[in-house]
Amino acid sequence: MNPTPDDIQILEARKAQVHTKGAAPFQLACEKHSVAGAVSQRACVFCGSRVVLYPITDALHLVHGPVGCAAYTWDIRGSQSSGPQLHRMSFSTDLREKDVIYGGEKKCEAALMELIQRYQPKAAFVYATCIVGLIGDDLEAVCRRVTERTGIDVIPVHSEGFAGSKKDGYSAACRAIDHLVGTSDAPPPPGPSINILGDFNIAGETWLIREYYERMGLNVIATITGDGRVDDIRRSHQAQLNVVQCSGSIKGLAQIMKKDYDIPFMHVSYFGLEDMSKALYDVAEHFNDPAMMVKAQALVRDEISAVMPELRKYREALQGKKAAVYTGGAFKAFSLVRSLRTLGVKTVIAGSQTGNPQDYLKLESLCDEGTVLLDDTNPLELAKFIDQTGADLLIGGVKERPIAYKLGVAFCDHNHERKDCLAGYVGMLNFAREVYSSVCSPVWSLTPRQRRTRDGQTAPLPKPIPAPPKPYLRRVRTAPKPKSNLTPLTLGGLEVTA
Amino acid sequence: MITKASNPNFVATRNACKMCTPLGACLAFAGIEKCLPFLHGSQGCSTYIRRYLISHFREPMDIASSNFGEQAAIFGGQANLSQGLSNVIQGYNPKVIGLATTCLSETIGDDVPMFLHEFAAEHPGEALPVMIHASTPSYTGSHADGYVEAIRATVATIAEGGERDVKLVDVLPGIVSPADLRHLREIVKAFGLEPIVLPDYSDRLDGPSWAEYRRIPEGGTPLEDIRRMGTAAAALDLGTAAKDNATAGAVLAKKFGVTRHRIGLPIGVRASDALFEALESISGQPTPEAFVAERGRLVDSYVDAHKYVFGKRAIVYGDEDMVAAMSGFLAEIGVMPVLCASGGKSGTLADAIASAAPGLAEMPEVIEGVDFEDLTEAAESVSADLIVGHSKGYKLARELDLPLVRVGLPIHDRFGAARMLHVGYEGTQQLFDRIVNTLLESKQDLSEMGYTYL
Ligand code: SF4
Ligand code: SF4
Repeated sequence: MNPTPDDIQILEARKAQVHTKGAAPFQLACEKHSVAGAVSQRACVFCGSRVVLYPITDALHLVHGPVGCAAYTWDIRGSQSSGPQLHRMSFSTDLREKDVIYGGEKKCEAALMELIQRYQPKAAFVYATCIVGLIGDDLEAVCRRVTERTGIDVIPVHSEGFAGSKKDGYSAACRAIDHLVGTSDAPPPPGPSINILGDFNIAGETWLIREYYERMGLNVIATITGDGRVDDIRRSHQAQLNVVQCSGSIKGLAQIMKKDYDIPFMHVSYFGLEDMSKALYDVAEHFNDPAMMVKAQALVRDEISAVMPELRKYREALQGKKAAVYTGGAFKAFSLVRSLRTLGVKTVIAGSQTGNPQDYLKLESLCDEGTVLLDDTNPLELAKFIDQTGADLLIGGVKERPIAYKLGVAFCDHNHERKDCLAGYVGMLNFAREVYSSVCSPVWSLTPRQRRTRDGQTAPLPKPIPAPPKPYLRRVRTAPKPKSNLTPLTLGGLEVTA
Repeated sequence: MITKASNPNFVATRNACKMCTPLGACLAFAGIEKCLPFLHGSQGCSTYIRRYLISHFREPMDIASSNFGEQAAIFGGQANLSQGLSNVIQGYNPKVIGLATTCLSETIGDDVPMFLHEFAAEHPGEALPVMIHASTPSYTGSHADGYVEAIRATVATIAEGGERDVKLVDVLPGIVSPADLRHLREIVKAFGLEPIVLPDYSDRLDGPSWAEYRRIPEGGTPLEDIRRMGTAAAALDLGTAAKDNATAGAVLAKKFGVTRHRIGLPIGVRASDALFEALESISGQPTPEAFVAERGRLVDSYVDAHKYVFGKRAIVYGDEDMVAAMSGFLAEIGVMPVLCASGGKSGTLADAIASAAPGLAEMPEVIEGVDFEDLTEAAESVSADLIVGHSKGYKLARELDLPLVRVGLPIHDRFGAARMLHVGYEGTQQLFDRIVNTLLESKQDLSEMGYTYL
């Protein structure tokens, strides 16, 4: 016997983290340790740190612990680099039984020494995993010693998996980055300048965003951490503004920099036409520079008029569809609800792994009556509500994908592993295309649940909308010219010129 | 033959060529009917393992976690385990819970058997799921060890003895694909025997689209079948890397007197012959005509293509059993395995290769405990033509500019891993065709003329 949606019951301990808008006054518990046995879609503290620091391309990333934590995060993200590829290597101290018994400090130090010698990184991050927290290795001391011996900043990341949630991993990463901030005395660039925080250059997105800002006449000092460079981070304190995306993950750094260097910060999102445009306008407004605002307006106008005719086609095809959205951070969920609305799609389920009370208040206010809001949900709950709401589409990451597909529901990957640029204006077009090519595929009419819920009625197959013109899409895929002031790295026998 | 324990000069593991122990255990537990894998440790391990396996199988893979917090890490995970079990029972209604430990719970020394005992005592009169406990600290082995241990623990916990059933055959398949599991079942059935394949994730990790959601996907070896395993006439214990007393086959033989046939993975004509011979002796029947014909076609194709492959040099890596079997197969078609490596460290790989590939003129370099950077360095001196292994070797293949024939697990960059057949004459045929075509393709791509007949 298989469950109908009603048969799947929400665990007692989870009930406060589920809310249907309009059913009762809004209340959603969040920021809790995941319930044991609930099969949370979250990972761990280490995961939070790893995702934030990963795109720093010329740093060495050593995972101190048994092999799994490093093996499962090997080349896991689609973060691109315009130069070094060192971040894509998975280095682990691969602790064995005797290390667990006698401590792993020696091994960690030896591993660092040889890795630094071999790969000549600009800095090194050493991630503590669960077991390191238990066996009591003094990671600080190891890092200090190696720094002294090599002259390279070796930075411990306190990311023991059990010591909190993914969010705590974000803060640990921010503190680690802060070690580097302000350590360069290179002269600041002339003119208005910003740092791009919280974009991870998935499919080249940071390049795209950077180009927008540069077109407005801004100097981008550091991109943290997408296509990140240690030396850029060192002088990031020279920027006049921190523009923060994906605020959950990197807001901590912006706050530190506000406190230490008095750099103001603002929240933005680059997903969707509305949010993207608002980001550019907000930044122009911050600098209070009419010429910059004129440039921003021209940019927005040009870009929107380039994608609008194409977008309209997708909107026509998708009008009236229903979507479920489940993201890591809540900020992305806001943008997705809005972007989906641009495409005529209604959000019927919205949730995130790490939202806070303010985030959920905002999310609720964005959504329509009847939308199910979820914090730290799991496969059973997602399946239940997808079935109940009749969602046509799930937006999430690879772990959520099979839930959708098994139910004959379309899926769009909006996580770090994706290979398509979804930010900016061209990203909105890609997003529309992504959603469309899943929702409007003819394969669903063959799946058992669609046959059940539609009484075997198959919608007539529409003529597929051809993919948007190539040159426009390709533009973002070209990396900017590599910077030349970096030492060449040797990776596995291949010379990687930085 | 050169056998190195691992690159003695490098301390760090760079791009590991193995996964961690609990992953293997979770995969095995997913092959038991209505069984939910459960990791006793922190949340991250189970989430990462889920993602890793979902990317390979493209199917749901729910793994529960007792989700240690700081409290549990200091004072022990009993409370978390109890709460987790209760929630899993309520949420999933499993018949079996496959509990594997992680590095964390092992290091703090949680007494899981006692916890399980007390959990049962706290729920008197309730029909609790059967609990299987596998001890799988990752710092003592690889995913392959976790897989073997989970199956051993399953059999040790559940199998019962009884009157011998001369038609019953236990099949312990090793880490193979869903398609392989199905094929092994068919082969045994064709001899008029009844197979119990453990684990059998063929339906669960390669199943149909659903009309309604299933909390635990259908499929898997039923509990009742696992109980009967002790009464089988024989056990086919496939794979030879694990220590002789570590496998479920050893338990079946020792505890229940089941005749154990410990043979390598049946990949290649000779290795498949060994499987069919075992089945002939168990059933007293000759190999069915259909398989004789398959074998005939396979050998005929070997003949047709022998010149394309002869003398080519291959690098093989992956799970030890897969590497040994592939080396044997490659050797029999005239491809020289020149470098054979595994992230596992059983100490048996060289012997396994030697027995899978008898008569090799020159033994390959064998490296246990390898990682991909060691492998890349070793590969530079062997001048190979071809790489055979899972998808994590893509970077290696790209750097060496060699074609990669993807086999085994994980395959994260191609489609259809679950349906890839490796075993038996039929699986060998598919592999052989792929290898020949891969070599033809690179020859064609490299030729200036772009030959259209090859
Ligand atoms: S701690 Fe152990 S079990 Fe968990 S992911 Fe790391 S290696 Fe695997
Ligand atoms: S061992 Fe800890 S740090 Fe590593 S993956 Fe598991 S929970 Fe995360």
